[in-house]
Amino acid sequence: MKVRLLDIAHARSGDKGDTANVGLIALRPEWYAVLDRHVTRDAVSKHFDGQITGDVVRFELPNLHALNFLLHGALDGGGTLSLKTDAQGKVYSTALLRLIVDVPDAEAVDLGLPAAP
Amino acid sequence: MAEARQDKVVRVASGQGFWGDWLEAPRRQVEGGPVDYLMLDYLAEVTMSILQKQKERDPRMGYARDFIGAMESVFPAVAERGVKVIANAGGVNPTACADAVLDAASRHGVRGKVRIGVVTGDDILGRLDTLLADGHELRNMDTGEPLAAVRDRVLSANAYIGSTPIVEALQRGANVVVTGRSTDTSLTMAPLRHEFGWAEDDWNALAAGIVAGHILECGAQCSGGNCLHDWRNIPDLANVGYPIAEARPDGSFVITKHPGTGGRVNVPSVTEQLVYEMGDPHAYITPDVVADFTSIRLAADGENRVRVHGITGTHPTPFLKVSIAYRAGFKAVGSLVYAWPDAMEKAQLADRVLRERLDRLGLRFDQVLSEFVGATSTHGPLAGDGQDAPEVQYRIGVRGGDRAAVERFTREIAPLVLNGPPSVTGFAGGRPKVEEIVAYWPALLDKRAVSTAVTIVE
Repeated sequence: MKVRLLDIAHARSGDKGDTANVGLIALRPEWYAVLDRHVTRDAVSKHFDGQITGDVVRFELPNLHALNFLLHGALDGGGTLSLKTDAQGKVYSTALLRLIVDVPDAEAVDLGLPAAP
Repeated sequence: MAEARQDKVVRVASGQGFWGDWLEAPRRQVEGGPVDYLMLDYLAEVTMSILQKQKERDPRMGYARDFIGAMESVFPAVAERGVKVIANAGGVNPTACADAVLDAASRHGVRGKVRIGVVTGDDILGRLDTLLADGHELRNMDTGEPLAAVRDRVLSANAYIGSTPIVEALQRGANVVVTGRSTDTSLTMAPLRHEFGWAEDDWNALAAGIVAGHILECGAQCSGGNCLHDWRNIPDLANVGYPIAEARPDGSFVITKHPGTGGRVNVPSVTEQLVYEMGDPHAYITPDVVADFTSIRLAADGENRVRVHGITGTHPTPFLKVSIAYRAGFKAVGSLVYAWPDAMEKAQLADRVLRERLDRLGLRFDQVLSEFVGATSTHGPLAGDGQDAPEVQYRIGVRGGDRAAVERFTREIAPLVLNGPPSVTGFAGGRPKVEEIVAYWPALLDKRAVSTAVTIVE
């Protein structure tokens, strides 16, 4: 089943230099496992392909039911150098929530995941 | 220091998350209910360089002037009810900042009741060449380049200092502490160290203070502001309550806000703030301690109350982070708005026309960035192609070392109104301004090369 992150998670993003970070938080504790299994570093890297110039790094925070992604080279140099509207990476959060992942039907039904519209 | 009673509670209120935050917030925090400390965070990475420029023009300037107004709004609480204020408003001139607070105290008839601890030592601009000569390379943490590459363009240089001098100021009886480039988190952690007598190697307790500081340092961003989770139903943002940490000696604390205020404190709102600007969650590095954000436990504790506990930390690194600001060329950004029908197509044509003209003029830039606001500017191709957008703001920026080239660019936008694609408006702001870029150079410095001092003035 196709599942959109917007329907199973919330997020906040920010900056450190030319790196944006996105904290992705499960809307229900039991959905953290879905994020952990399906929102891989590679999936996020592919999602932002062409928009960031560096690597993606992933950290897990099971205590907060959250993942933290670092998107390197995301901010056109970052800080005052950046010419971007989103120079501080404030809305990479909702850009990540556009991601649609493929969850096996049994797992999706078991966890009551909403299907992507 | 005697160990604090385990049922002792210390309330630290956040009243300012950045320079420019809500002017009402400090007064609301001291009047809305009981608080012991008011924490005000004023400094962002490039703020120091702006303040340095102001100080060069006038040696009595160089601090966050908003702080004086904030102090005036909380003098009754400080003078009559014992609320203490901790702020990094001193910028590059904490002494002048303290003088201005004392002048304001005189005007308000509370001069004898304000005792200010001034923390200095973070400003290393004057010692930069000595440090470089002594072998401190101050390499850029992101690029690895040595500082020598931009030394002649440096405007300000400050070490991020920790909680120790703030604790000293409180121990010497200050009821207002003014610092320069203290870490944001130390403004919250220091009063807890002072009140609870935490040892300087009680890593778990110190890490808890840092986590409390991280939650509070962005003001209402943990209490319903900028909260994506269930945002439609967050009540009464017009009357938003700024956060308060009710801390206990064991390192646990509750995040809450004053009764009768708007906004919301719950596990999702606090979690969003915890992940804000996070790097490696296992190692949140500060001058005092390295906190492990994967140890944090959150629990609902009644309406608008979240209990935070279980936090662990380890010893800090031998380095302080240094924030150096340097001149890095010029930039300008301009925009025009294109309307339906075919708004995106018209904006894209305008972009091709403008870029061709820049090429023909022989102007060279380090970067030329075009965005289509209303279509793809924030989410790029993830947002689609923008072809059905009813209106699009075409936004183009350039940056480079040649001021004249950037200046010439600013003259190329308005002509498009009459000599480019149709259905264009939104140029009333006039020609864009050329801005000098002051960029940020993060580096590490051996802690032993920095010594802080505390002066009490009253």
